[in-house]
Amino acid sequence: MGDEGGPGDYLPALNEKAAPNLRYASDRGSDSALSFPSKKLIRSLRAAAAGLSVLLLTSSAYAINSATSVFSRDATPASGSYSLQLFVYAITIGIFLVVGGLGTYAVIKFRAKPGDDKSEPVQIFGSNQIELSWTIIPILIVVVLFLTSARMIFAVQDAKQPVNSVKVTAIGHQFWWEFQYPDYGFTTANELHVPVSDPKTPTPTFLKLSSADVIHSFWVPRLAGKTDMIPARVNEMWIDPYKPGMYLGQCNQYCGTEHAKMLLRVYVQPRAEFDAWARNQQKAAADVAEARAGRDVFESQSCINCHAVKGTIANGRFGPDLTHLMSRDTIAAGAAQNTPDNLRRWIENPEVFKSGSNMPAMNLSPEQLTQVTAYLSTLK
Amino acid sequence: MSAATPTIPHAHSAASAEPWVMPYKGRVGMYSLILAESAIFIIFVIAYIYYIGRSTYGPQPKDVLEVPILASICLLSSSFTIWLAERALHKRAMGMFSAWWGGTILLGLIFMIYTALEWKKLIYQDGLTVSTNLFGTTYFCLVGLHAFHVIVGLTMLSLVFLFGLMGKLTPNHTERVEVLSLYWHFVDAVWVVVFTVVYIVGR
Amino acid sequence: MSDSALPLLGGVRDVTIDHAPPRVTSKGTFLETAHSWVVTVDHKKLGIMYIVYSLLFLVVAGIEAMVIRVQLAIPHNTFVSPQVYNRVFTMHGTTMVFFVGMPILIGFANYLIPLMIGARDMAFPRLNAFSFWMSALGGVVLYYSFIGGVGLSNAGSAPDMGWFAYAPLTSKAFSRGHSTDYWTISLLISGVGSIGAAINIIATTICMRCKGMTMFRLPLLAWIYLVQAVLILVAVSPLTAAQIMLMVDRYLGGHFFDTQAGGSAYIWIHFFWIFGHPEVYVLVLPAFAFANEIIPTFSRKAIFGYPAMVAATVAIGFVSLGVWAHHMFTVGMTSVSNAFFTLSTMLVAVPTGIKIFNWVATMWGGKIRFATPMIFSVGFVFQFLLAGLTGIILSVSPVDWQLHNSYFVVAHFHYVLVGGILFMIFAAIYYWFPKMTGRMLDEKLGKIHFWVFLIGFHLTFDFMHIPGFLGMPRHIYTYEPDRGWGPLNMIVTIGAFIQSIGTLIFVYNLVHSYFKGKEAGPDPWDAWTLEWATTSPPPSYNFAVEPVVGSRRPLWDVKHPDDLDSQWE
Ligand code: HEA
Ligand code: HEA
Ligand code: HEC
Ligand code: CUA
Ligand SMILES: [Cu+2]
Repeated sequence: MGDEGGPGDYLPALNEKAAPNLRYASDRGSDSALSFPSKKLIRSLRAAAAGLSVLLLTSSAYAINSATSVFSRDATPASGSYSLQLFVYAITIGIFLVVGGLGTYAVIKFRAKPGDDKSEPVQIFGSNQIELSWTIIPILIVVVLFLTSARMIFAVQDAKQPVNSVKVTAIGHQFWWEFQYPDYGFTTANELHVPVSDPKTPTPTFLKLSSADVIHSFWVPRLAGKTDMIPARVNEMWIDPYKPGMYLGQCNQYCGTEHAKMLLRVYVQPRAEFDAWARNQQKAAADVAEARAGRDVFESQSCINCHAVKGTIANGRFGPDLTHLMSRDTIAAGAAQNTPDNLRRWIENPEVFKSGSNMPAMNLSPEQLTQVTAYLSTLK
Repeated sequence: MSAATPTIPHAHSAASAEPWVMPYKGRVGMYSLILAESAIFIIFVIAYIYYIGRSTYGPQPKDVLEVPILASICLLSSSFTIWLAERALHKRAMGMFSAWWGGTILLGLIFMIYTALEWKKLIYQDGLTVSTNLFGTTYFCLVGLHAFHVIVGLTMLSLVFLFGLMGKLTPNHTERVEVLSLYWHFVDAVWVVVFTVVYIVGR
Repeated sequence: MSDSALPLLGGVRDVTIDHAPPRVTSKGTFLETAHSWVVTVDHKKLGIMYIVYSLLFLVVAGIEAMVIRVQLAIPHNTFVSPQVYNRVFTMHGTTMVFFVGMPILIGFANYLIPLMIGARDMAFPRLNAFSFWMSALGGVVLYYSFIGGVGLSNAGSAPDMGWFAYAPLTSKAFSRGHSTDYWTISLLISGVGSIGAAINIIATTICMRCKGMTMFRLPLLAWIYLVQAVLILVAVSPLTAAQIMLMVDRYLGGHFFDTQAGGSAYIWIHFFWIFGHPEVYVLVLPAFAFANEIIPTFSRKAIFGYPAMVAATVAIGFVSLGVWAHHMFTVGMTSVSNAFFTLSTMLVAVPTGIKIFNWVATMWGGKIRFATPMIFSVGFVFQFLLAGLTGIILSVSPVDWQLHNSYFVVAHFHYVLVGGILFMIFAAIYYWFPKMTGRMLDEKLGKIHFWVFLIGFHLTFDFMHIPGFLGMPRHIYTYEPDRGWGPLNMIVTIGAFIQSIGTLIFVYNLVHSYFKGKEAGPDPWDAWTLEWATTSPPPSYNFAVEPVVGSRRPLWDVKHPDDLDSQWE
């Protein structure tokens, strides 16, 4: 898992920034509490607020180490977003403390006190200077925020594609992912493999994203923000993971019943490992004599209408390519681990893992099931 | 707390001596309706423009559409006749009013008849319907939406015409008649846009 | 009652009604009463019907929210099936926006605007009744989907494509049966109702003002509703247009959103958000409007910067028409568009900030009374501030590429919708319930309601931001245990339960106080706008004599004849 050492380092910086400000706000609160009856209420409120912030801070600390955290420096796009986030959070927290502090002060200081006479306070109707000042200051803040964001937008979105980049076409399906490697001439599903990219000699992966049916969205938080996959339209994004490891993600645009089970994995491998993996993927399917019976079942059933197995008559495109099914750790877009037992249960009735999936139960006999599973298990 | 019986303010100032006139609510209501309708038309027009040339099969605009010059002249001049009718009403010339108003209806009818014939040709001769291709969908929706507004307008105009014939229409109704003609002007203005987009830009 | 008989007080003459009309309590049989409500064209009755109807839907959609929360409390939960979950969140969102938010806010407009501007009814009373019944019919059609189609199993044919219904998920190919049709038809119908109501609001505020009520003496509430109504006209209409296209696709075989025939899925996203973004301002503007009335009354000060407030409202209206694509930063727009919409979105912060600052300035130097309406408003100011700032975070597109459609967004918008709008709806009900029924809501229960709801709200929606940071997408019926989202979701669910306890207290308070509440009298809060110048509840003709006003706070002038407001205008 590519999460050790990285973003955690940045947490203290965040804390140092926020902590003194917090103390500042509560100091002001205590000055102005004055001699006013429900001190106890204020104290318990402050305790509650402190408790809440501690809880929030600890959970954010815990957030940073999550496998799908957006606080990540594992690839350039994610890291760019991360530093921009820190900047934006700092500004918004600052605004919140100042405006919230003024508000708190007003609410506490100017409450009607029991001993007050019945007269109305002095009526003030407004002041153009003041209005002007709190129009101009926010405009300035907005300009600063905009300029920093614009820089990042152009840097990430308009990045040049280096010649040695890996190209992948990713196509969303209800509810699985198809990955085509046009330069290598093979297709796989659900688990994307990409080479690690050394920041000194980057070998990023450029993805062309589209969809075969409805809108999906490709999101691996530790590597990059998301990009939608829209039918009849091609979007692009890129990643350049710095470290090998397995990165989790999932479909991020509601796409139907099983949107929740459209999970995604990215395996970042050292170049040599990646090349070896790619060479294996390019091969036709293994043809093992012992699995002949299963293959016959597979080819005589309608499996071949939806699935492709390179080197056989199966060339369906509606479901995932099964040529190297065994090279994947999961089946059905992460709905289950890829074990022979799970495979058998899946083919018997996909509903046990994914009740809305587009693969029908094929009503195979137990014997056929065993044979097909045995055959699929040879597709290394 | 103030007294148990309410007090209604009744400010006494120089201003309260002046007459207090508010805009006619029917007119304001009609302007609001026109705003909403414009938003609807804008969306249909955007869809039309966005899809120009994107039909991958089936009849294309340049093959089947003919520019409806005569119909457009009729519809646009009806804006003028309705204005004349309004003026007649102001002058209490009820006969003139009925004549111009009837003329407006007639011009609108000619426009509708032309549209009907055009649709008949498109559907039966060219085989273009809403479901044929993207052009068919956007064309019939945009032109149809406008035609629907013309029909609504014609119905209302005819009602007023009938009232006029029955002698129920008096100069007291001027404001209402004006509101109706506002709607008619709007329908005409939309046609200018639809015409430009469908028959000039889109062809 | 002749004017000349009345005493002259420093330029202000009071008209005192000694024969307050009797309270409109139900006389006659139940059927007669019911009939009188069904056929009514009285703006007050219609307003109350709008409000009651939305409160019913609030409970329904709230129960749907509870189903969502129970299902998500633990990973791999099987409380409801995926199919049911998807229907439930779609119905929750659709109901909350179209059948809670819209009607309740329009209901308050109906009730308050004529009273506040000294009119006897809305400009078009029959259109008003028509609009109400259209909205109500829309809700009935939407909920009929639960029993329509295949019946109650799997939640019937309830829509299941999310409240923004992205194409092509709504096309015949991916949405068989009629669930999409229920959604479209229901929103078309209620959309007609909203447009009718908006036309009425505009005509009323412009043409029905009483003598002396110039545009710049309009209560801010009326001003804001005017802007809101214009926004409804230009925002709901595009939705209506898009719905018509969707219907053409589904029923007549059209190709607007048919990607196989050259149609585009992308254009629906634009159309929806051209509606959707202004819509959220349509929802929040009335909340601002309530705050603009309640905060001054309880701070005992005039609103700070009335002209700036009007200008800010108009500015928000304009800017909000040009920001819709901030919901679309991930659909693959060009970098220039992304930058443009980042900027336009951020600009909304400026007029919105002016409002927040003016509220704080109104409280500044006042003598704040913390009655229930006021504490809800104070909660609103702080929560809206935070919610707006998370909006600013989302408007930075590289940040949004990460957070889009995550629970951070869900937290952002609930912070506005619940922490902002729902809080202000509660405040408004506490504030105007006495006017509507003649009885006060119980203060003690009100305070308990506030604190319970506040705690529940913060537990739910503060913690909901974090799963977003952790990469939890929305619209998922379950999630993997290894992601670390479980404990946070549990806290969120507990908070939601506390919110529903708070809501139950509120409902109890409403019912209890309606029968047993303290008599309110015409002006229980010692306020300054015209609705407090008539009895509670007001007679059907509102004012025995038509009021004439000389300033923005006519009742201030009455109460302080030696310190007239008009001298400052
Ligand atoms: C009433 C509802 C409401 C309101 C008022 C807002 C207000 C704002 N919203 Fe929100 N929003 C929603 C309801 C609302 N939103 C909903 C429902 C969605 C999700 C829809 C869906 O996908 O289902 C959404 C989604 C949403 C997104 C898309 C997220 C995504 O899907 O990826 C974005 C992105 O920019 C955004 C931004 C903003 C901004 C900038 C504001 C601004 O108006 C906030 C302005 C206020 C302030 C900033 C605070 C006060 C200002 C100051 C104190 C001045 C100083 C401050 C600065 C200079 C910064 N909102
Ligand atoms: C005004 C708008 C509004 C309001 C008030 C709320 C209120 C709440 N919402 Fe909602 N919500 C939306 C508008 C709103 N929401 C929208 C637009 C969406 C997007 C939908 C989509 O994507 O399609 C959404 C989506 C949404 C989701 C995301 C679903 C998903 O993406 O999978 C969640 C999840 O937690 C949620 C939760 C809640 C909760 C806990 C409340 C609570 O605040 C509710 C509290 C109220 C009550 C609880 C009612 C009181 C109940 C009783 C009195 C009866 C007692 C009942 C029981 C105890 C069972 N909402
Ligand atoms: C109607 C089309 C259809 C038929 C017929 C079909 N499948 Fe599938 N299959 C799918 C789809 C679609 C998926 C992806 C499901 C998902 O992840 O949501 C799938 C997934 C799978 C997977 C998991 C693949 C992976 O990489 O995760 C296996 C294994 C599989 N099918 C085997 C079979 C076998 C064996 C048969 C025949 C007995 C068969 N399928 C028949 C459509 C079909
Ligand atoms: Cu695919 Cu969600
Ligand atoms: Cu928005």
